[in-house]
Amino acid sequence: MQLAPRDTQAFRGQFTYRNSPEAVSRFPFPFPEDDYMYSVNTEPHTLPGPKGSVYEHMLDIDEHYLCETAERAMVLEEDPARCLAMPHMEQACWDLLEFVMTHYAQDYPEHFSFTRQGDQYEWINRPLGIHQTFVMGDASTLPMPPMEFIGRQMQGDFALLDQRDADLFMDAGVITSPADWSLAFDAGMSFKQWHGPVPLAHEMGIFDRVLKYLCAIKVGSPIRRLNWTMTIHPRMDSSPETYHQWGADRTTITPENVGRDVFLRVELQTLVRMPRSHALFFGIRTYLISMDDLTTNKAWAKRLHRVLANLPEALVDYKGMTRYRDTVVEWLSEYDHELQPQT
Amino acid sequence: MSDLIPVRVAEIEQISSIIKQFTFVADEKPLPPFSAGSHVVVQMEGEGKRFRNAYSLISNPADSSHYRIAVRLQERSRGGSQFMHGEFRPGDRLFISPPANMFLPDWQARHHILIAGGIGITPFLSYGYELEQRQASFEVHYVYRNAETGAFREALTERFGNRLYCYSGERPDFYTLLGHQPLGTHVYVCGPEAMIQDVKATASALGWSPQRVHYEAFTAPQPGKPFVARLSRSQQDVAVAGDTPLLDALEAHGLEIPNMCRGGVCGQCKTSVVDGDIEHRDAFLDDQEKASQRCIMPCVSRSSSDYLVLDL
Repeated sequence: MQLAPRDTQAFRGQFTYRNSPEAVSRFPFPFPEDDYMYSVNTEPHTLPGPKGSVYEHMLDIDEHYLCETAERAMVLEEDPARCLAMPHMEQACWDLLEFVMTHYAQDYPEHFSFTRQGDQYEWINRPLGIHQTFVMGDASTLPMPPMEFIGRQMQGDFALLDQRDADLFMDAGVITSPADWSLAFDAGMSFKQWHGPVPLAHEMGIFDRVLKYLCAIKVGSPIRRLNWTMTIHPRMDSSPETYHQWGADRTTITPENVGRDVFLRVELQTLVRMPRSHALFFGIRTYLISMDDLTTNKAWAKRLHRVLANLPEALVDYKGMTRYRDTVVEWLSEYDHELQPQT
Repeated sequence: MSDLIPVRVAEIEQISSIIKQFTFVADEKPLPPFSAGSHVVVQMEGEGKRFRNAYSLISNPADSSHYRIAVRLQERSRGGSQFMHGEFRPGDRLFISPPANMFLPDWQARHHILIAGGIGITPFLSYGYELEQRQASFEVHYVYRNAETGAFREALTERFGNRLYCYSGERPDFYTLLGHQPLGTHVYVCGPEAMIQDVKATASALGWSPQRVHYEAFTAPQPGKPFVARLSRSQQDVAVAGDTPLLDALEAHGLEIPNMCRGGVCGQCKTSVVDGDIEHRDAFLDDQEKASQRCIMPCVSRSSSDYLVLDL
């Protein structure tokens, strides 16, 4: 895999983010049907997944690794509160560090190496030029706390959920590319509390079922699901804290700029039991694709047209698409000439 | 269970006349690390019968080079503990489930009170390592009938010193024990059902919130009267002997049903019931679900009618 060079303008300013044809072809298109409604669309994260796909490895890395880690560093510089670990999560943070280093080194040996000699561990991250020896569990042997140390080197966000009272609590994480939510706001909340704003799903009883399911995730049996929304420009950091920088972009969409400026944003969410702390790793790996790139795949274009056209208003509002949904639907209609069945 | 881990018996130690300690080591790939309070399900291949029992891991969670469990011989057991005691020899190979945990320490607690009845000490043996390593504040109350059931007394005295309180043939006064604890104290109980109820009732009377009271019932599935499980989808009948749990009978019939604790706690094996009278014995279903007679936890619960029709 060839990494695109580090570029601090990829996800802000000039928005230079581009997908190669290979990245487009492996994009995790999230719609199995023409209608979208919530489903508990989880499946076992069985490894290795199909070769070259985003499911091949435990933690996916692609050509945007250097750009995304650069963006992560900039966000953390501007707002250190995007990285948070409550004191009782210390062991979970070490669990995370070992988990990420182990899988990165195993799955991308050309970029990472993780070895042990007695008490001493050695970690090499070639793309970022990091070479660190340390003692597992001894924070004084790292230049910063363990979760932040490895979190800055990860492509994608994550939270570490503490499990107690048959519930999950958002007690640690590094979140620099949220789709309009905030770790600092959700910190310490229970599963149902942080899902409070989600429309329709509470009434459907989804969260009761999901919570029981998540609490039962076993060591060695990770699961995954896809989630989606849309974003104007390839802006990774669409957090409430920076809303003043991006909220107004939603009003700028015209038939002329849909292809370039509107992005489908897909999250590959993985849930993995951390073995020593029993915390649940919640990985959120975000993929962005412009409408121009997406419509190079005619089947995707047609399906997205139908999904957006049929999306319930409550979900349109929740996903922040109210101002531009109709424009995008009209633009996509060009790819969907067949008569739709009347419902 | 497709994710079973092959292990080898490295060591068997007789702790008392009724408690044996087994040490397992990896047979192929390394054993996964585990958290304090975890258990594994041990699969035993008896003659014409397979046993699956859940046991707490009692070894140090910081060291996953081996797993250790302690098994109390149950006189009226359906065979699992008798099999463990009688049949296993060092060097034997067997399968265990990956560790699962239904009984975690709450790491936000300011002080931890561990109360064990007899063999209920086992989850607290792994707790002890972890609490010490984290330099957490804790105390252990070990209640047993006699030296045979309280066999870990000496080893624990050495480990925990004056944080260990032993009660031979008597019950601690839970009211006094819980009465003067600082806010933020959590209590954990593992032992006979009556003891768990006692601690829960005392904590409740003292105004403790339920979030501060944790318990794990270690009792194995109890026998009952035989019945027939009728599988409505495949139109087949499965005879369930009095000393066999329904889940075991279904598994012996070739059905694979998700499960973790095999003790009526985790909820994984919940199965829909079409017809029949259920004798609920689990701690997972709520009262409404139990009254509906529409679902059963086959790991511990049984039928009180001759036939139980399952949606399987």
